[in-house]
Amino acid sequence: MWIEALIAVTLASAAAVFLAPNKVAGKLAFALSLLPMVGSLWMYSTYEASGNALLAGSELAFETNFNWVVAGPYSLSWHVGLDGISMPLVALTTVLTSLALLASWTPIDERQSQFYGLMLFLEASLLGVFSALDFFLWFVFWEMVLVPMYVLIGVWGGPRRKYAAIKMFVYTNIASLVMFIGFIALVFGLGDSVTSLDMPAIAQALRAGELGSLGPVSAGTLKVAAFVAMFAGFAVKVPVVPFHTWLPDAHVEAPTPVSIMLAGVLLKMGTYALLRFNFTMLPEVAQNNAPIIAVFAVVSVIYGAMLALAQSDLKRIVAYSSVSSMGYVILGLVAYTLYGMGGATFQMVAHGLISGLMFMSVGVIYNTTHTRMVSDMSGLASKMPITVAVFVAGAFGYMGLPLMAGFAAELFIFLGSFGAFAGSVWFTAAAMFGIVVVAGYLLFAMQRTLFGEFEVETDYEVGPAAFHDVAPLVVLILLVILLGVDPGIFYDMIQNAVDPLVPATGGGA
Amino acid sequence: MAVELPTWTALGPTLVFAVTALLLLVFDSIDPDTTNRGLLAGTAAFGSLAAVGLSAWYLVAGTGEEPISLYQNTIVVDTMTLFFALVFASVTTLVVVASYDYMRDHSYQAEYYALVMLAATGMTLMAAANSLAVVFVSLELSSLPSFALVAILKKNRGSVEAGLKYFLIGALSSAIFVYGISLVYGVTGSLLLPEVAAGVAETDLTGVLGIGVMMILGGFAYKTASVPFHFWAPEAYEGAPAPVAAFLSSASKAAGFAVAFRVLTVAFPIEDLVTGAAAGVDWVLAAQILAVVTMTLGNFAAATQSEVKRMLAYSSIGHAGYVLIALAALSGGSDQFVLAGGMAHLLVYGFMNTGAFLFIALAEYWSVGRTFEDYNGLATRAPFACVAMTVFLFSLAGLPPFGGFMSKYFLFAGAVRAGFWWLAAVGAINSALSLYYYSRVVKAMWIEDASGDFDIESKPVGLYTALVAAAVVTVLLLPGFGSVWQFATDAAAALVA
Repeated sequence: MWIEALIAVTLASAAAVFLAPNKVAGKLAFALSLLPMVGSLWMYSTYEASGNALLAGSELAFETNFNWVVAGPYSLSWHVGLDGISMPLVALTTVLTSLALLASWTPIDERQSQFYGLMLFLEASLLGVFSALDFFLWFVFWEMVLVPMYVLIGVWGGPRRKYAAIKMFVYTNIASLVMFIGFIALVFGLGDSVTSLDMPAIAQALRAGELGSLGPVSAGTLKVAAFVAMFAGFAVKVPVVPFHTWLPDAHVEAPTPVSIMLAGVLLKMGTYALLRFNFTMLPEVAQNNAPIIAVFAVVSVIYGAMLALAQSDLKRIVAYSSVSSMGYVILGLVAYTLYGMGGATFQMVAHGLISGLMFMSVGVIYNTTHTRMVSDMSGLASKMPITVAVFVAGAFGYMGLPLMAGFAAELFIFLGSFGAFAGSVWFTAAAMFGIVVVAGYLLFAMQRTLFGEFEVETDYEVGPAAFHDVAPLVVLILLVILLGVDPGIFYDMIQNAVDPLVPATGGGA
Repeated sequence: MAVELPTWTALGPTLVFAVTALLLLVFDSIDPDTTNRGLLAGTAAFGSLAAVGLSAWYLVAGTGEEPISLYQNTIVVDTMTLFFALVFASVTTLVVVASYDYMRDHSYQAEYYALVMLAATGMTLMAAANSLAVVFVSLELSSLPSFALVAILKKNRGSVEAGLKYFLIGALSSAIFVYGISLVYGVTGSLLLPEVAAGVAETDLTGVLGIGVMMILGGFAYKTASVPFHFWAPEAYEGAPAPVAAFLSSASKAAGFAVAFRVLTVAFPIEDLVTGAAAGVDWVLAAQILAVVTMTLGNFAAATQSEVKRMLAYSSIGHAGYVLIALAALSGGSDQFVLAGGMAHLLVYGFMNTGAFLFIALAEYWSVGRTFEDYNGLATRAPFACVAMTVFLFSLAGLPPFGGFMSKYFLFAGAVRAGFWWLAAVGAINSALSLYYYSRVVKAMWIEDASGDFDIESKPVGLYTALVAAAVVTVLLLPGFGSVWQFATDAAAALVA
């Protein structure tokens, strides 16, 4: 019952904070968010499971499964559990939420209790997404994320917040429906061989080749069509070029803590779902079309990096860099090797921490200088040394400097994708070139903003940031380094869950 | 149980409503000018709560599993009767509690509550009617008080005009309906639903029967605000006091569907009239056309409104279209599943739609205004009410975290399973469209900056209580859908095997 407790505590905290007066809401929310954080870390330390949540012969941690609605062939159940892929993501969610709440104290100055209540509500939904194992339940949580996100961007965002909020809502909601149709078509295609929407049952039936034809549509076509529908649905969330246009708008308009959640956790919903649905349930479609998917991945990496290079707004630079980093995750997944998929999962966590760190430091810089334009500032290092140091460290993490989490993740991905399928050498090489561009735009931006003569075109006093603004940055950078120095903390667990997915004769490492 | 209750107690919810109505009339005749609103509203609330309790108790205890026939079989109490009694009683309770504040300054307090109770009596009787005569009488018993309720704001031109319009269309529909009954009686020689069924199986007069059935269908379309008898609904809901609009659009509509489900499936059996060898009167086809037209028209009209109450009125027409799927997808081989989907949706709808209209009542109480723009920034002033309203709207749109998602999902899944995937597709597209206009309200409340200078000086306890209760139930119906579904399938089993 630990997962239920985690979600329930978070929801109850959300309600409590919503009822609290504005003045104390921030501190109360942070204090309450420590409960799920400590809870999930405790779960992490006592984690005992093996195998992949969707495959037979696995043992899940903290699993509960009971019938919820029984309606003939449509029985739904409350089925939650964690394996090596979801456990790190659950821990990431709780840690990042607590830090994001701490980072909200300075920028959020109106309707605080509503803001913090919604943030905790968001956290509860995310925990549900990463732990649900019944499709219906999973979809409930998946859509539940949208509601707080819509309001969070729409109320507390920048000048074009309404446009950004609506765009995000419409894009991702339509994507969910496309995905829903694709998945339900698969369930109907399975006919009587599954009696529920239980994800493990469906995954095993699909992998065992029990998919039949649906009306005039043959099993083979149905598979590909469902794969495309689900891929398109999740690709918007990731986001994969060309479905990425909602993201920069949402990021730029969202207040800092919401950007942290968006880049740090929400984007991972997309890749997590791709891994669970597309790549676990229909592995042969993924492998047969690997080069096509790899094109999406590589284009995301290169094009996202190029776009970042062209931006003059510090936050936009970080926003587009997410498109690029998530491209690596897709590349790792499509490799369909132990290192590729493991690296992709590792990259989800690593990018969650690093992008959270980057958005947070941009937020701190903005809080002090009240500008985000690269051209408006230079030499910040002399005025706010700690913030800038962390920013630089985070940027190095992004570039994949050894002994940082990003390096480990990208190394695994490249090792895994090199030679994994026909032509993958070229795709990997092209994606590796992305690193150069990333290093380029980050170094270029840092050189112009952080170093050199101090000068900021604003009326505000520029000085060191408050303790509660810098503390989460330091925590994050320590985590990034910890994961880089000892990837085994997560990687063994991830590997254990990814291993059963990969066929024994798979290519690559 | 040791004590064997007499069989007439099975009609408990109906009797409780009737007695409460009479009690209120007694209070009124003792002291016609009473200002003791608490006594009147309290009596009504107590009565409807008792009806909620009774119907829930009977449902759980399984009273209706063996159908109980009363009064020469003209009335039957089965799981379906009790299921719908629970819906009506819940809505009535919410409406009565909310009316305590809303009707504060109006005259005719006792009459108001008595009329609500009488209408509720008629509705619960509709769900139990097993004879076309009882169907007609109970339908009138629920309609006549409704006309007066819509027009109860005597000094408000809109209210009076709406009442008149509602009354005229109601009278016309009743005439059509009763003529249809007489034709059916002429063909089959009986008014009892099972005997009608036996009669239609043997008759050669399919032409007359067909006209009769279509006329009866017209009567149901009126009561459920479905096309082509829908156009009274936006006018009436807009002019009526908001709690009355909540009552009509939730409970009265559900009552129309309850009686339509029973009459069509029991008296005009699908295998004889629609799919069998002698198929002549294909009312399922008619229901398909009505469903598609009703939901499309309702949703498109709702999307073009500029006033929130009118938008809700048209959206409630759209929801009538969704529930019509339950009739339209019959004869596809999963009748029980489809019907249960419709019933479950009506139950969830009872809470979410009532809640939405009660929020309108709250807005009217504060004189916020009618248009979307008038709602701008309301969340900064009344966050709790706005959270509740957001729950209702997203639930009506069928977004996952709320009960409305479950019931819509099961309704559409039932249609797909019966082979009517195109009906489900039309429903899903309409549902997606509905998100547009529902989220306009959410956007206005939460995201837009306040433009109007509304004055929120008081937070009425009654309205808030009803609102919060409806919101909590709407949310709880998602995890609790299992038992709703259990009762709904049992209720559907009473009609189709």
